[in-house]
Amino acid sequence: MKDVKILGPGCARCRTTAEMVQAEADRLGVAITLEKVTDYAAIAGWGIASTPGIVVDGKVVHAGGLPRADDIPGWLR
Amino acid sequence: MTACCSSPVAPPKPKPNTAAWVAGTVGSVIAWFLLYGQLKPAAYALTALLPVEPGGHAADAVAFFVYDTPKVLMLLTLVVFAMGIVRSFFSAERARSLLAGRREGLGNVAAAVLGIVTPFCSCSAVPLFIGFVSAGVPLGVTFSFLIAAPMVNEVALGLLFALVGWKVALTYLVFGLAVAIVSGWVIGRFHLEHWLEDWVRHVRAGAIDLPVETVTVVDRIRAGIDAVKDIVGKVWMWILLGIAVGAFIHGYVPVDLIAAIMGRDAWWSVPAAVVIGIPMYSSAAGIIPVIEALIAKGAALGTVLAFMMSVIALSLPEMIILRKVLTLRLIAVFVTVVGLGILAVGFLFNALFV
Repeated sequence: MKDVKILGPGCARCRTTAEMVQAEADRLGVAITLEKVTDYAAIAGWGIASTPGIVVDGKVVHAGGLPRADDIPGWLR
Repeated sequence: MTACCSSPVAPPKPKPNTAAWVAGTVGSVIAWFLLYGQLKPAAYALTALLPVEPGGHAADAVAFFVYDTPKVLMLLTLVVFAMGIVRSFFSAERARSLLAGRREGLGNVAAAVLGIVTPFCSCSAVPLFIGFVSAGVPLGVTFSFLIAAPMVNEVALGLLFALVGWKVALTYLVFGLAVAIVSGWVIGRFHLEHWLEDWVRHVRAGAIDLPVETVTVVDRIRAGIDAVKDIVGKVWMWILLGIAVGAFIHGYVPVDLIAAIMGRDAWWSVPAAVVIGIPMYSSAAGIIPVIEALIAKGAALGTVLAFMMSVIALSLPEMIILRKVLTLRLIAVFVTVVGLGILAVGFLFNALFV
């Protein structure tokens, strides 16, 4: 079970990012818990300066803009 | 059922062919230039076919619309594509590590320049602000970044270049940077850190090191294409609308009227333009075609540019977003300092460009 957090105030890109990660997890058959972190203070606590950010199992793997589709499987494995 | 098809995981994609991508890009750029050269004759040929009296108001308006629309969209596509590639070399996190602990002065200059080339979306403004301040980027330096990022952007520069000329585009770039640098520096001098919202001052986040993502040439070209899809896809309607209004002004609004309201002799028009611009929220895309038409009709350049800067850099929606991290007093200082900077640019332009 991978714990995935999407950091972002709820803009269109953040939603797309969450959908991309969920779809990729479904495709790979990896079980994940997906949490959207929208609180600014909480987002800032992760130390990123641009959104959307992606945190997998407590580690920031991406910040700023949509992730590349090719990168997502590597984070979920 | 064969083994390959039962697998839920698709086979790894073949590596993209770098040479093919580069060749495709070069070919597209050459095609762009060939096509661009044909726009003017094509527009005249098309206008001549229409049942309008040559040289009349309607012909003026139609020619403006028919020629400017493809011209602007093509130039914008090229500029946005190039900027998308440039931006793939930068990130907000990298800008932050370059600026953290930087002294004011030089730091403001670096921040304003980074503000132009760093990918930035307005919904990222608050995370960026906190991320910068909590990592030790001085407040004034952070403001320089936040002022430059929306004001001096590729859409504004590309459109000014396309419609008004490279001199004005270059001057806008220089003065836009100057406003961002000086305003940020002035705000820094006031030492207003205690005017941030309380919770912002208590965020203690160390800047994290992101894993280095290997970015290939193909990724950068893709970033350019994505930028075109994203930005041109979003602003083309505004451009058409702006060009339509501009075409109307070109064809029908009398020169005397514009010259009297927005001409060089009406000194009060500069502050009026700044004040009117604040509540207006338009992208550069919609406003520049209108501006071009106004200038052609005798509006003073400084007045028009002050209006444009005010519309883009001082927008109510952005302030409402920033209200989450800044106290009202700090927002008031921000608007006043930037507004005065724009005012100065307006008067200076009117004095310089006769």
